[in-house]
Amino acid sequence: MTYNILIQLRQELALALLIFILLFIKLGKDRSNESILNFINAVLFINLAAGFCCHETGALFNGMFNTNALIVFEKDLLNLALLIISMQSYAWLKESKNVIEFYILTLTSLLGMFFMISSGNLLMFYLGLEMSTIPLAAAANFDLTKRKSSEAAMKLILSSAFSSAILLLGISFLYGTSGTLTFSILTAHINGNPLQLFAFILLIAGFAFKISAVPFHLWTADVYEGSPVAVTSFLSVISKAAVLFTLVNMLYQVFTPIANTWYLILVVLAAATILIGNLFALRQDNFKRFLAFSSIAQVGFILIGISGSSQAGSASMIYFVLIYIFSNLAAFGVVSVVSALTGKENISDFKGFYKTNPMLSWVLTIALFSLAGVPPTAGFFGKLFLMMAGAAKGNYGIIIFAALNMVVSFYYYLKVVKCIFMDENTSPIEKITVPTVSKIAMYICVVGVIVTGLANVVYDYINSISFGL
Amino acid sequence: MNLTLLILVPFITAVLILLARGLQQIRVIGLIGSLTQLGLAGWLLKSFLAARAAGNNAAHLFESNQTWFKALNINYHIGMDGIALAMILLTSVIVVAGILVSWTMDKLSKEYFFLLVLLSMGAYGFFISLDLFTLFFFLEVAVIPKFLLIGIWGSGDKTKSAMKLALMLMAGSALVMVGLFGIYYNTHTFDMVQITQQGIPVGVQKFFFPFAFLGFGVFAALFPFHTWVPDGHASAPTAASMFLAGISMKLGGYGCLRIAALMPDAAHAYSWIIILLATIAIIYGAFATMMQTDLKYINAYSSISHCGFVILGIGMLNKTSINGAVIQMVSHGLMTALFFAAIGMIYSRTHTRMVAQLGGLLKAMPFISTVFVIAGLCSLGLPGFSGFVAEMTVFMGSWQNPDGAYRLATILSGASIVVTAVYILRATGRAIMGPISAEHALLADATWNEKLAAVLLIAGILVIGLAPFLINHLIMPSTDAIMLHLDKVTLIK
Repeated sequence: MTYNILIQLRQELALALLIFILLFIKLGKDRSNESILNFINAVLFINLAAGFCCHETGALFNGMFNTNALIVFEKDLLNLALLIISMQSYAWLKESKNVIEFYILTLTSLLGMFFMISSGNLLMFYLGLEMSTIPLAAAANFDLTKRKSSEAAMKLILSSAFSSAILLLGISFLYGTSGTLTFSILTAHINGNPLQLFAFILLIAGFAFKISAVPFHLWTADVYEGSPVAVTSFLSVISKAAVLFTLVNMLYQVFTPIANTWYLILVVLAAATILIGNLFALRQDNFKRFLAFSSIAQVGFILIGISGSSQAGSASMIYFVLIYIFSNLAAFGVVSVVSALTGKENISDFKGFYKTNPMLSWVLTIALFSLAGVPPTAGFFGKLFLMMAGAAKGNYGIIIFAALNMVVSFYYYLKVVKCIFMDENTSPIEKITVPTVSKIAMYICVVGVIVTGLANVVYDYINSISFGL
Repeated sequence: MNLTLLILVPFITAVLILLARGLQQIRVIGLIGSLTQLGLAGWLLKSFLAARAAGNNAAHLFESNQTWFKALNINYHIGMDGIALAMILLTSVIVVAGILVSWTMDKLSKEYFFLLVLLSMGAYGFFISLDLFTLFFFLEVAVIPKFLLIGIWGSGDKTKSAMKLALMLMAGSALVMVGLFGIYYNTHTFDMVQITQQGIPVGVQKFFFPFAFLGFGVFAALFPFHTWVPDGHASAPTAASMFLAGISMKLGGYGCLRIAALMPDAAHAYSWIIILLATIAIIYGAFATMMQTDLKYINAYSSISHCGFVILGIGMLNKTSINGAVIQMVSHGLMTALFFAAIGMIYSRTHTRMVAQLGGLLKAMPFISTVFVIAGLCSLGLPGFSGFVAEMTVFMGSWQNPDGAYRLATILSGASIVVTAVYILRATGRAIMGPISAEHALLADATWNEKLAAVLLIAGILVIGLAPFLINHLIMPSTDAIMLHLDKVTLIK
């Protein structure tokens, strides 16, 4: 039994252990940032490797905590993303006085997400969600000297509190109508009576807040812009991915009796999210705001895939998230290095970037092409599979709509590429020496972006562990 | 014989180019890679004809089918019929010529040759695909290199042209994607061979045919989606213009043909719209060319007109016209590449492409001028050159359709040749003949690499023009196979 707990909870335990070790390091004598960073990256890597070793299906604590191959894989993805972010922020963290705090906050948040993904009970889900959000608000305020950073933190904590309240209201209504919080029992009690539907809409609204789906997206851009790049990439990749994983788990397992209702909700949300995200992304000049809005549009595409409510729907969502991790983090990685070493964060600053930094330019370009969904990068496969999953329902209207929006999104990604390669600039960003660790992270991303799509094994594996409605 | 070699060779060439140092190494690798490709294409032709002579009448030769994404029933299914082989031969000739023409490209040469080779890889992959997913994949692979080639190495308002081209082609492929999804969800496969066997319900065909056909039509400069052609071609560097007009627009024509064969009912039902659009493109393109003063714009607009013949041939849906469309694709590819090469050679010496500023070039550079004249004569359809064979076949095919409106379209399209003659002869007369300005009189003639490129392309044009039975022999059985599906319709008009 104890052995079982150790195995099934190994990812959570490892993170908790790491958090405690960091606390002790903080108490002890001063160490160089480099050694701490290397230590943390090594542990994250080991934890990632350990994630792949054995995946049992099982439940702990009376069904509060579930695990299976899919859940383990999802946690691995989040772990991988944190590792990449950590390596990419090397240049920035090295200079920071509060390295350990940064990791305590992000690791705690990640731990919360792990519990949220594994939750088999609405209470557990809520606990995990809160545990993952509150540290992030502190992390958003990490640039203590910048006004914008604290503004971002304030906006994040207020909007999260608001969305959590809505979520809680929904959960209470659900409890009121069904008398249970456990997922497995709850399904039998879902019958689509008006109060339950209302509760469900509140719940979806809460989720939509977290994944910044339109019309609940307004906090995203300001928070992304104000936070340090590392936190922005954490918010845009990891927290979104975690909530998406949970959303699919809930929709596909708990709310199956009202599948027709949430199908419509998802389609409407998806259409609005893609359109608004695209329209706003067109006009951004700040790179982080640009990526914020483009990531809103990406979430719209993910929602189309989820609406397919099939095994392919779930598989394509996870597959896309993996690709999104690689491509978005590659883009953020370049922005992070440039921002840490030169302080420039605007797209117009990148004019003529190719002349001075060809390697970084290619990394950024490949990442943007993947985000735009251009072959041979993985983004092409990811987007196509999402749309194929969505099209399986026979609703071609949304597919045509999404296809046209892909062209719009293509435009703004190309605008950045144009800036990098074609625009003349008398004083481009000077040559940047990228720290080796960050370089490795970027190469991992680029290789990921290219291999994940072309090699069928990744999708086949994900498909084999996912499940449909 | 594994057709994957056609993708592998450019891939290896591209990787080697990335590893190479200095212009000399890069261009030599590029040339060797493209010559290997040409040799490979020649060898394919030989083994294809040998197999046909030995009585192998399978629709597609050298087939290979590997599972790619099993859960989604996506396969890497490749094979080749006569039409695909003709396109592959065309591609390989143009790639060699394109690399030769860019011999002295010293601005970011590594990236330049890398992108050229990547573009050719997309084209090869496209032509050998028998799976619609693979086909679509390679179609899009070829878009990005075009954007970068025009935007970085182009001239004039290059970023705007590059953006316009990339966005319009992307919109085209978005339409294609919707069409392909429609096919996939009603047949549960992307495999073209299987789809033709099992057929697609007529209602589905009628709904999704416009998406797929117009999507490919954007690539083939179908009216009213032709607006990317003039700017894109005019701004592109020489080799990129050659690739664009010679290969890339053929992706569209080839795609349209395949889509028509996959959805025969819809093709018959919409045939009149296709012909209407094609006729407009032919006439509009011809008259628009009359107004142009820039040599590149002249050739770009005339490409719209010439590609209209491809669509016209496909839209007429009979054996002769489709044969003509395929020959026109090959012929126009060679001819327009030759034209752009000649214009590029002239421009690199005189630094102008305006007809009014040129004159008497024959005296200073006889070789280049001759090339230019040959390209022009081929373009206006002089017998002996490929253009005549192609256009004649299309007209003969079109005339077989007894319907009055179709005949009218044929007559109008045929009349456009007169307009073609006007603008070609006028441009040739002004630029090549007449007195030469003092500063142009001292310019040097073509170098060995330019001569080689031109000779290669002219050889192709002459082979088709003088011995049309060769290419007919190659593509006829495949057209027959397509006609078999096209005639098997459940509703006519």
